[in-house]
Amino acid sequence: MFRIIPVIIMSSLLLLAGCAATGKAILAPEVPAMHTIQEFGDDERIIDIADPWENFNRSMYKFNYYFDRYLFLPVVNAYEFITPSVVQDRITNFFSNIGELKTLYNSLLQLNGEKFFLTFNRFLTNSTVGIGGLFDPASSLGMEKKSEDFGRTLGYWGVGSGPYLVLPVLGPNTLRSAGGSAVDTSIRYALLNAADPLENIDNGNSIVTGISILESIDLRHREKFRYYESGYPFEYDLLRFLYQKKEEIMLLK
Amino acid sequence: MKYVKLALIIILILPFDFGFAAEAEYGYPISDNYISTIWGTPPALKITMPGRIRAQRLILDIFPDRPKPDIFFYDDGLQCTLAYQEKKAPLVFLIAGTGADDQSRKMAAMMNALYHAGYHVIALPSPTHPNFIVSASASHIPGDLTEDAEDIYRVMEHAWEKAREYIEASEFYLAGYSLGGTHAAFVAKLDEERKRFNFGRVLMVNPAVNLYNAVARIEALLDGIPGGQRKIGAYFNATMAKLTEFYSRGGFVKINDDFFYAVYKSNLFSRKENGGLIGLSFRISLAGMIFSSDVMTNSGYVVPKNRILESGDSLGDYFFVSVHLSFLDYFNEYFYPYFQKKRPGLGREAFIDSLGLKGIEDYLAVSPKLGVITNADDFILAPEEIDYLRRVFGERARIYPRGGHLGNLEYRDNMLEFVGFFKQ
Repeated sequence: MFRIIPVIIMSSLLLLAGCAATGKAILAPEVPAMHTIQEFGDDERIIDIADPWENFNRSMYKFNYYFDRYLFLPVVNAYEFITPSVVQDRITNFFSNIGELKTLYNSLLQLNGEKFFLTFNRFLTNSTVGIGGLFDPASSLGMEKKSEDFGRTLGYWGVGSGPYLVLPVLGPNTLRSAGGSAVDTSIRYALLNAADPLENIDNGNSIVTGISILESIDLRHREKFRYYESGYPFEYDLLRFLYQKKEEIMLLK
Repeated sequence: MKYVKLALIIILILPFDFGFAAEAEYGYPISDNYISTIWGTPPALKITMPGRIRAQRLILDIFPDRPKPDIFFYDDGLQCTLAYQEKKAPLVFLIAGTGADDQSRKMAAMMNALYHAGYHVIALPSPTHPNFIVSASASHIPGDLTEDAEDIYRVMEHAWEKAREYIEASEFYLAGYSLGGTHAAFVAKLDEERKRFNFGRVLMVNPAVNLYNAVARIEALLDGIPGGQRKIGAYFNATMAKLTEFYSRGGFVKINDDFFYAVYKSNLFSRKENGGLIGLSFRISLAGMIFSSDVMTNSGYVVPKNRILESGDSLGDYFFVSVHLSFLDYFNEYFYPYFQKKRPGLGREAFIDSLGLKGIEDYLAVSPKLGVITNADDFILAPEEIDYLRRVFGERARIYPRGGHLGNLEYRDNMLEFVGFFKQ
């Protein structure tokens, strides 16, 4: 009869081990914290941005961290290692100059003549004097770079920003800005196809792909942000707030 | 915490170019100690450093078997920074101030200056930084200077084990700023027993004489905001609204140096409001510390006891609660009870006294290797604490007439004094 006791002990231990392994150990039940949010109900909420997709967004945030860590940043680091910084800067300028086209048509769509002509002059100057955009003499001549995209054009015409959205690889966005960049990308490919600069070259598609990859690398190379690097537990919340605040302020211009 | 700064913290760290009439004896221009603390040193008055430095991140696995909660999944060890010479040189350990990591702006400035003067440098995060609490603190409860010193010492040993694969050190020195300065004194004392490094020179820059008193003085800055400390959220929102309004009214093109310079010039914020900003920025750091510590110890202070947080969980409410807790709350409800349990019979006053330099005064008074640099208008020090530093350190205390809390750190005279200290 007593032989059953070791069996009970063994199975209890196994059960406990099983719980520990899943990380969902059956601990004592939750006890409310000493301080809770109700206690401070008389104060205004802060950095509190509506985020109905928070669980998804946080998962994407985490995904981007791993993507950066195991793929993107190693590639960017290799790029920074093998490419002289003079060349890196030329590449940055080149893509930045192509990006002026986006600002150009979006300034037009926002009926902003001043921004349109400034950007037009920048593009003209840098494409010619700046040798196809490799240099940026326009900035030295006092023509400051502006930046516009289709997401902001939508904002200009009164489209609400929609929920906060963390996109894979691209990071913080709103539904509006995500839709906007999809439109900008389509316009770009349409322009590229219409111009077809690689018409007579074999493997034109591979070249286009290569250029796109180089552009992504350049973009990440310019962006100093690293997911979770602050070590601050509320980094996600602060970044979300800063992103929204920046978008809000940019629309005032 | 480099990237994730609130706009108002950006203000706290962005330096500008402004033209004040310099006085003959000491040229640091800003006489208001909140403004100097917020705006720092105008670029034209800093020493220009040539070129880049050779540096790399060290990731230290201090407690290899320690389980990490899912919400800290990204924490894979303590992050320190090593800047190295390509020849044998003295090595300076740097300890960051409250809530700061190894690459904070002030750490970078100190590291740069020392590197260009020919030293190896190992920069360590503050024991109050979440990364340290999760990965390098034995108790996960920072603030007890003696225990913090033990933790820091352990980290230094690990860091040096790793660094010696790359570099040769002729001698070891030590420095820290703010709370890190106070830590440096305790680590130096510990080293007298352990004798692992035998520090040749130890410098405290704008240290707290007593942690409790210093923090109480910072917290008191929040008393000046409308509605007092409990309305910190409303104050934050009002500040952001004020900045946004100023931006849209002023015809600025970007949120850049020009914009912040204009904010500075316009006296957008009153003295009370500037004090409030300093208090607010401190609270934001403190919130990270309180939350991290509570999660690691499962104490049920701001997170329900036994709750397992996962990386997808919303943390906004915990931020809101934590930011409303003062250091005094943390002290009375969390920190002191923990040590009371650990050391039965520990009185509150005796405990507070142990959180400062007085407890090791005998050592500080006689050890010629120790020095202090601070400012007469540093608001984390009471006037009698300035006198105390003068009395205990005598010739070894360099007290500048102004500069607030670390506002003049990068001013050229201060940097020369800072680097020069290790050459004596």
